[in-house]
Parts: sequence; C-alpha cells; structure tokens
Amino acid sequence: MNVTKRRVWVRSMLGAAAAVAVMGSAWSQETMKIGLLATLEGPFAAPGQDSMRGADLALKDHKGMAGGKKIEFIKVSSDATPDKAVAATRKAVEQDKVPIMIGPLSGDEGIAVKNYAKTQPGVTFVNGSSGAQATTLSDPAPNFYRFNTEGAQWMVGLGEHALQKGYKKVFLVAEDYGFPYSQVQGFMASYCAKGGKVVDKAWVPLGTKDYSSVVAKIPKDVDAVLVVLGGSDAVNFLNQYEQAGGNKPMIGGSITVDQTVLNYKGKRRESLLGTASAGPMADSIDTPEWKKFVADYKATFKDGFPSPSLFAYLYYINTKAVLDALDAVKGNLGDGQKAFRDALQKTNFNGPAGPVKIDSNRNGVGTTYITEVTKAPDGSFYNKVVKTVPNISQTLGLSKAEFDKMGLGSRDVPDCRK
Amino acid sequence: MSAAQWRRAMNSAATATVPSAPPLRAVDPAAAQEHGDRTARAWATMTREIRPHHVVVLVFLLVYPAVASPFFTYQIGAQALGLGLIALSLTFLGGYGGMVSLAQATVAGIAGYMVAIFGTSSAVAISLGWPWWLAVIVAVAIATLFATAVGWLSVRTEGIYTIMITLAIGVATFYLAQQNYTVFNGFQGFNQQFAPTLLGIDFRQPVPFYFMALACALLGYGLVLLLVRAPFGIALQGIRDNPRRMEALGFHVTAHRVAAYAVAGLIAAVGGVVMVWYNNRISPGTMGTGAMINILVIAVLGGMKHPVGAFVGAIVFVLLQNFAIDLVDRERFNLVIGGVFLAIVLFSPDGLLGIWANLRSRLQRSHSNARRHT
Repeated sequence: MNVTKRRVWVRSMLGAAAAVAVMGSAWSQETMKIGLLATLEGPFAAPGQDSMRGADLALKDHKGMAGGKKIEFIKVSSDATPDKAVAATRKAVEQDKVPIMIGPLSGDEGIAVKNYAKTQPGVTFVNGSSGAQATTLSDPAPNFYRFNTEGAQWMVGLGEHALQKGYKKVFLVAEDYGFPYSQVQGFMASYCAKGGKVVDKAWVPLGTKDYSSVVAKIPKDVDAVLVVLGGSDAVNFLNQYEQAGGNKPMIGGSITVDQTVLNYKGKRRESLLGTASAGPMADSIDTPEWKKFVADYKATFKDGFPSPSLFAYLYYINTKAVLDALDAVKGNLGDGQKAFRDALQKTNFNGPAGPVKIDSNRNGVGTTYITEVTKAPDGSFYNKVVKTVPNISQTLGLSKAEFDKMGLGSRDVPDCRK
Repeated sequence: MSAAQWRRAMNSAATATVPSAPPLRAVDPAAAQEHGDRTARAWATMTREIRPHHVVVLVFLLVYPAVASPFFTYQIGAQALGLGLIALSLTFLGGYGGMVSLAQATVAGIAGYMVAIFGTSSAVAISLGWPWWLAVIVAVAIATLFATAVGWLSVRTEGIYTIMITLAIGVATFYLAQQNYTVFNGFQGFNQQFAPTLLGIDFRQPVPFYFMALACALLGYGLVLLLVRAPFGIALQGIRDNPRRMEALGFHVTAHRVAAYAVAGLIAAVGGVVMVWYNNRISPGTMGTGAMINILVIAVLGGMKHPVGAFVGAIVFVLLQNFAIDLVDRERFNLVIGGVFLAIVLFSPDGLLGIWANLRSRLQRSHSNARRHT
C-alpha cells in the first residue's frame, strides 16, 4: 500500500516535471515581432482592413510561424497621409523595436517610408501595396523591398490591346496625383510608341464631384476615353458622361472598373461591356493557385469581401516573401540582417497570380492581366481575363536608357499628343 | 476700409493704449532711473512668480531626452512641443481674445510651405534654394502676414461666424495648395525639408531637434505670458469680455483684434516651421480639415484658461494617437481617442487644466476642513 502510494507519488511528480518541461519549451519558444502598417482610418479604411486580411492570411498559411519562431504582427495605422505613415512606422520600429516592417498601402506613403528607411539601416522594410514608381526608381533605399509591381507596370500591354481594338485616338481623364501619373505612363509607353495618340488630358483633383467641364471637353472624333479614376470618382464620371449623352467606349485603369463600378445601376451599365483594363491580378484568373487563394480567403474571413481585393493580394505576397525568407535563414537576423536580405533578394515563388521576384532595385517583376468587362450567365458583370503579359520590369519593357530618356510619369510625361 | 483709414485706425489704437502705460516718453535722467527701476521691478516680479513647480517642470523638460528613448524624445516630445506651439496660438486667440480661429493650422501650413518653396526640397523646379535661415525668416513673415489678413477678414464676426469664416479660409487654402502646381506642387507637395546643421549640430537628430522645439515652445509660451500682462494683453482681455465698453473707453477694438491675430500667426508660423522639419515634408493634407480640427481638439483638451493648456493637450493628444492602437486592436482604436476626448470635455469644460484646478481646490478644501476639525 505504502509502496504503491509512493510509486504513484513518484509517477505524478515525474509527470508534472515532464509537463513543466514541455510547457517550458513551449514557453521558451521565441516570438518575433513584425510591424504591419495599413490605412485603418481615412478614405482607404476599407482597403486597409483588407490589406491586414491579406497579411493575416499569409501568416496563417505559415501556421503562425516563420524561421522557427512564433510571429506576432504589431499593427499600426495611418490615414493615407505620408506624415501619419511615417509616424506609425517610427512607432513600430523605434518603440516596439520590430526588426522587419511591412507597409504602407498608398503611393506617397511608400515614398515617405522609403525615405525613413534610410535612417534605419538595421531594419528591413517591405512594401505593403504602395505603387509609386519613384519609391524604387529614384534614390532607392537599400533596405526597402517591394515584391509587387507598381502602377505603371500594371498597365503595360493595355496600350497594344487598345490599338488592337481599333482605338487610335483617346481622351484621358485621370486623377491628379502620383498613382494615376504612373498608370497613364504604363499605358502610353507602348500605346504611343505603336502610333496611338492621347489627344487631350484632363487631370482632375481627387474627389471631384462635377465632371461637366471635362465631359464638354471630350472631342467628337476620339475612339475611346481612357478613364483612370477610382471609387466614387469613377462612378460620378460615368454617371455624368451618360447624362451628357456620351457614347464612346472606355478603357480603365487598375482600380477604375472594380466591383463598385460593375455594380453600377445606370443606363450606361450595358455600355461598360467590353471595357478593357489591366492590373496585377483579376477576379477571374483561371489557375489553381488563384482559386485556392480565393477559397482560403473566403474560408478565413467571414466578414471579408466576396473575393480578395487588390490590396489583400499585394499584402499577401509581400508578407509571404518575408515569411519564406525567414524560413530560409531559420530566423537568423544577425549580421545586420545580411543573410535575411540575401534570401529576400533571391525570392522566387509562384504566387496566387503569377511568379513573385524582384530586380536589382528590389522592385517586383511580375505578370499583368488584361481584362474586359463581360456578362456572366447570371447577368452580373465581371472582369474576364483576355490576356496575360508576363515578366514586366519597372522599365515597362523598354531598355534602361530609353526609359530614363522618357523619365518618370507626370502630368506631361509622356506627352503623346502629337 | 482704405489704407489711409487703416493707418489712422492703427494710430488711434496706439494712442489709445498709451494712457494705460506709465509715461515713459520724457528722456530726463529721472525717467531713465525710473525705467531702470521698472525693469528691476519687473525682474523681481518675474522671479517672485517662479514657483517650485515651474522649476520642476523645466528641469524635467531639460533632462527628458537624457532618460527617454529617441522615439519618445522625437515622436512624443518634439511633436507635442511643435503641435502645442500651434495650439498655443489658438489658446491665445481664443482664451484671451475670445476668437476661436480654425485657420491656425493653415497659418502653420503656409509657413511650412514657404520654407519648402524658398528653401530646398525635392521639387527642384519650384524651390528657390535660399539658405535655410533666410527661407525661415521669409516663411514666418509671410505666414504672419497671412494670419493678419485672416484676422482682418474675420474680426468683424463673432462666435460661430468666426469659426465658419476661418474654416472657409482654411479649406480654400487647402484646395488651393492641392490644385496649384506652379507654386504648391499639388497633391504631392514637397519632400525633404530637413532641419539645418548649425554650429556642427545636426538638428535632424532627435535630441538636438527636441531642444530646438523646446526653445521655440518656451519662447512662444514666454511671449504669451508676457503679452497677456502687458497693456495690449489687458486691453485684449477687456475686449474679450466687453467690446462695447472698451470701445467707449477709446480702445480700437478691431485693431487690437487684428494685432492679436498677427501675434497668434507669428506663434503658429514658428510652430509650422518646427512641424515641417519634424515631418521632413509638407503636402496639402498637413493643413486639411483634419489638421485644423486636431489643433482645436488639442487646445480644448488642455484647456484655454492658461497657455500651458495647449502643451498639456498636445502631450495627451500625441500619446493617444500613438498608443491607443495598443489598447484596442485594429480599426477600433479611434474609438478610444474619441472616447477620451468626449469624457474630458464632458466632465470638465475647461479641459485637463480645469480638472487639475478642480482637484486642487478640493484637496485644499478638505485640507483646511481637516485643520479646522483638529
């Protein structure tokens, strides 16, 4: 009796010790913090939320681990202004001491964060979804990586497609800031080289409500209207163009013909059919990788969009690149993160919408999808992929010298009127 | 009002304020003696008014960067001082002049823009590349002129109409900056406005930058404290409380108010320069409606009864902006910020200073009560 009692006691002590050991090892398992910045406030609050979903999904694919460590996101927010983006980044880097920072969402924020990155050489910065050309083209930071392609790359190939459709002369309506400049340049680079003309350009302020003066300016003899507007701006323009009796076909930018526009109820809805646009992804990509990505997104986020947005996709591939590189170096960030950065540079994986790799400026080289608005059997409209253009570099298919001669996209570059 | 009338108005205001000051015009030795006495007396009053808590706060401000991390020195400390300086201009206008102007952030933004336009920036086609000190002087001067013009436009209005007109000016300036490409460089604004290197000290570094912001803040604070006791400040407070009576006493109400706008503009302009160096950049968003309202929130949060309220409000505001996201996850953190603001304004119309004064008077009361009972 006494003996058995003692045995039980010994066993239970052993068991407890084992349990403590197991728990201890679980306890000692290291956590690595990664900063994550998106716009949870202001005009891009909804895209910002979806960005976070993209990053969360990449981490979930990695089972919350990378390089043998548990990964914890330190989430910070901006309101799409560069000041706030830098303030939020600084908080994560200097206060929360993250060794790796992912973000931001929009173009001008990206340029500001890149400039800040130069003051923190010990930290690696990876883009979220920002797509300004200048971030990596002019004065790049050696510790800023962008695995996605940017605004100009997203439009490559659309120019030729427009020419094939017989649009020789177009009129441009676009918002007056960095991202549309890049988009328009991406379109024009090939369009103008092959003989297309942009007869006039209307640059309108972001958030313009009244387009009557723009609509009045559209010449009768153009073949199509190139509309690089986003969200409510696009809907407002379409509405007013319809009311004014406009009937030209349209070509859209990467964020012009999205779900808000496709669900548009006006009479002109039918005329949206056939509208061509281009981007780094499309809802209807017909590959198993994309379908799996969409299915995972839907299963993970019940409160998410019907299918992942552009922002979720871009944050996903950037986050995945970071986690993969951490795995490759087994979480070793020593020696000024040298091994980790080498691994980042060597990144080459097949993402949901094509291969992900970077050039020597640490900018993505990737695939662009040309789409056209098509009617689904149930009567709803969607963007059907009509062409994929692989391997687009930041020089838009031109040689470095030719691209430098053209310069970065702006209101007047390239001109393309003549 | 014609220029001649304006000059006359300013002159009459000048003569109106003279009687309230002791006659100092005569240049006989007695008067000089008196003048010397007066400065000595003023100095004595000032030193007498320095209380232990002033010394404690000053010592704390001076040793703060030595104990705080670079993040706390720069992003919390220096930013609070810069924003506090802009809010101080509103506290001066609102608290002592009874005029709530939403355009103070606009004045600061104009100063920032002018630093970029006259100094150096990434937009080489626009920036004139003048030496930084000249650019700063011109920027502060232009912003002060702008503030004076805003004042001139809005002084004839009262209460909510002042808020409306200054809001309109602020929004119009925001759109001007956003849509003008030849001067303001549109949506993108200017990048790479760095604080200068002076006497071998790089003011871009957190600690030197903090001390620069601190020096500007202390100067602004001192200026306001000095002004509100000067005849001009006394007259301004009189105008705040009863403009008609002051007018009847011979004070030129409009001129005093415009002058108050000019002084507030000067303070806000210096704050704007500090903030453009803090952000290293400026774009229309820096002086959009959000920024205008933030300055109002800071001033109200701290309390408009005393100039120090602006800085107290700025510290709380900056801390909340940075750390609310750690308290509540994701997109709900703005709820914390809003909730705290609401609570403070609800429980204390005089802001944090009001809460402090309330607590102190209660403590004193209970203390004296206790004494009475023993």
